[in-house]
Amino acid sequence: MFSFVVSRILQALPVMFVVSLISFAMFAYVGDPVSIMLGQDFTEAQRTALVHDLGLDQPFFIQFATFVGNALQGEFGLSYRLSRPVAELIADRAPATLELAVCAAFIALAVGVPLGVYTGIFRHSWLSRFFLTFSLIGVSLPTFLIGILLILTFSVWLGWLPSFGRGDVVQIGWWSTGFLTWSGIKAMILPAITLGLFQLTLIMRLVRSEMMEVLRSDYIKFARARGLSNRSVYFGHALKNTLVPVITIAGLQLGSIIAFAIVTETVFQWPGMGLLFIQSVGAADIPVMAAYLMLIAAVFVTINLVVDLLYYAVDPRLRVGRGGH
Amino acid sequence: MSLLQVKNLRVEFPTRRGTLVALDDVSFDIAPGEVLGVVGESGAGKSMTGAAIIGLLEPPGRIAGGQILLEGKRIDNLPYEQMRRIRGRQIGAIFQDPLTTLNPLYTIGRQLIETMTTHLPIGPGEAREKAIGWLEHVGIPAARERIDSYPHEFSGGMRQRVVIALALCAEPKLIVADEPTTALDVSIQAQVIAMLKTLAREKGTAMMLVTHDMGVIAETADRVAVMYAGRISEIGPVRELVRHARHPYSKGLMDSIPPLDRRVERLQQIDGSMPRLSAIPKGCPYNTRCPRVFDRCYVERPELLDAGTTRAACWLYAEGAPQGASV
Repeated sequence: MFSFVVSRILQALPVMFVVSLISFAMFAYVGDPVSIMLGQDFTEAQRTALVHDLGLDQPFFIQFATFVGNALQGEFGLSYRLSRPVAELIADRAPATLELAVCAAFIALAVGVPLGVYTGIFRHSWLSRFFLTFSLIGVSLPTFLIGILLILTFSVWLGWLPSFGRGDVVQIGWWSTGFLTWSGIKAMILPAITLGLFQLTLIMRLVRSEMMEVLRSDYIKFARARGLSNRSVYFGHALKNTLVPVITIAGLQLGSIIAFAIVTETVFQWPGMGLLFIQSVGAADIPVMAAYLMLIAAVFVTINLVVDLLYYAVDPRLRVGRGGH
Repeated sequence: MSLLQVKNLRVEFPTRRGTLVALDDVSFDIAPGEVLGVVGESGAGKSMTGAAIIGLLEPPGRIAGGQILLEGKRIDNLPYEQMRRIRGRQIGAIFQDPLTTLNPLYTIGRQLIETMTTHLPIGPGEAREKAIGWLEHVGIPAARERIDSYPHEFSGGMRQRVVIALALCAEPKLIVADEPTTALDVSIQAQVIAMLKTLAREKGTAMMLVTHDMGVIAETADRVAVMYAGRISEIGPVRELVRHARHPYSKGLMDSIPPLDRRVERLQQIDGSMPRLSAIPKGCPYNTRCPRVFDRCYVERPELLDAGTTRAACWLYAEGAPQGASV
């Protein structure tokens, strides 16, 4: 078990290296941070000095090596735009994004799995048809449109929920949470639904098709033939057998929820990492963009590792040798 | 009184192009402790009959007529929840492929315990002890250590033994065994059948043994029913039916088994194939293949008639049949 984790982490290192190389190389061409930082009036001497200060006159691979060397020490440099350490900027913004992502993932799972089970069991009921139609909307409408529609309905027309921002937050150490104030919770609802809706419908459809597959299997027929209760057949025997593919997809989706919260954060002006990234792109703020992409890569690698470990927990056939892990 | 009575059972499958009759007028009894073998070609309705008895016909299949009685009480029209209490407790089932009938994610112990605690008034601790006992009964070595193993840690033959333990553990009065040895190695088949037979005898459990293996039937069953195109074509004591089958179809079936005691140049075979459900001919369903067919077989459908020691659905045993009929 331990050696498995270690080997997975070792496998992750080249992935991280390649991601950092690609992102760093890409950002060398997205714009000229120097002219943005200097503004309209500057002398050639000022420009040369700034280029030298930023290390931009060095060859590409030296720049990259410096970046990686610093990154390994947790040092991502200063933001060109805000002149603050990147690590600090990201730590400031991370709680907002992570809280949003966790809420969205929770909604997606807590609603998606039961709906999937229901529509898988009662395939022909009118309620199932309704859910499936509804899920088609979730899959096909773009996120920003759903966000705008929700704002229109619940903020503009009904006035129940705020249309932007995080509400009041409480600071616990370096972590700022919106869960402890009423306005924070209210501000969370619309963005979380917007972000989670697509995943919800995806998980629902996945669970449904897996359920339909599993319910046809011989071991379900045999479980019924032994007179086990419906509850045990559906939620014990059937649902557990659908979990392996569901865990895979749900894990990857959690990664994309964190990574692609950008759109939702922009629509709701949510002060998270996605919004930070978009603003940094506008200013060609290379250190922030590179650090953000590295972080997202790390999140994906971690989630994949956790997903693999969950397989082992769910499916005894994957455990090597008797007695398992 | 019979343990199980099946009376004029009719099972239909509504399809887009009309209703298919999968079982038509099937009637038979099983006495307590008796083993009834059911043989026939694929698609003759053997498994369908078993599924109808345990109340698990695959939709859209449905019982369209007739009755199924267990100890004199009708069970074919019970609500799902009441029938669920009968399944496992009164009627156990064994399926064909032991590699797929066990839930791969649960230990065999857990599956046994769950089945027993569902039906019997015992707690998990007692159920666990009983589960170990059942595993020993069905011949799993080192049952106490292996009870917490997962199905994939057993061979096919061992898994079928576990399946049999699962079917028997709530001590049902009747077992519907649907081709219990077909998926096993030939060398294992005899062992498993012998074990099943011994256990059924010990517990006084009656059995409906569906198979197309005449060897298994001859060795295990008390009586045999031969099915063809959704109907019973002959039913009677196993000894009689194997040696002196009366219905031309059963006779063809028996002749196609290679005898061990003498040399034959060519095995007998029955020409043609069983009609599809959508194209069962008028009159006797066997009339397209029967070597002894005559006028009446094309017009009227034969009921089960007395044919000496067995009962056969064949006009040869009715009055006024052509000369030389009673073979």
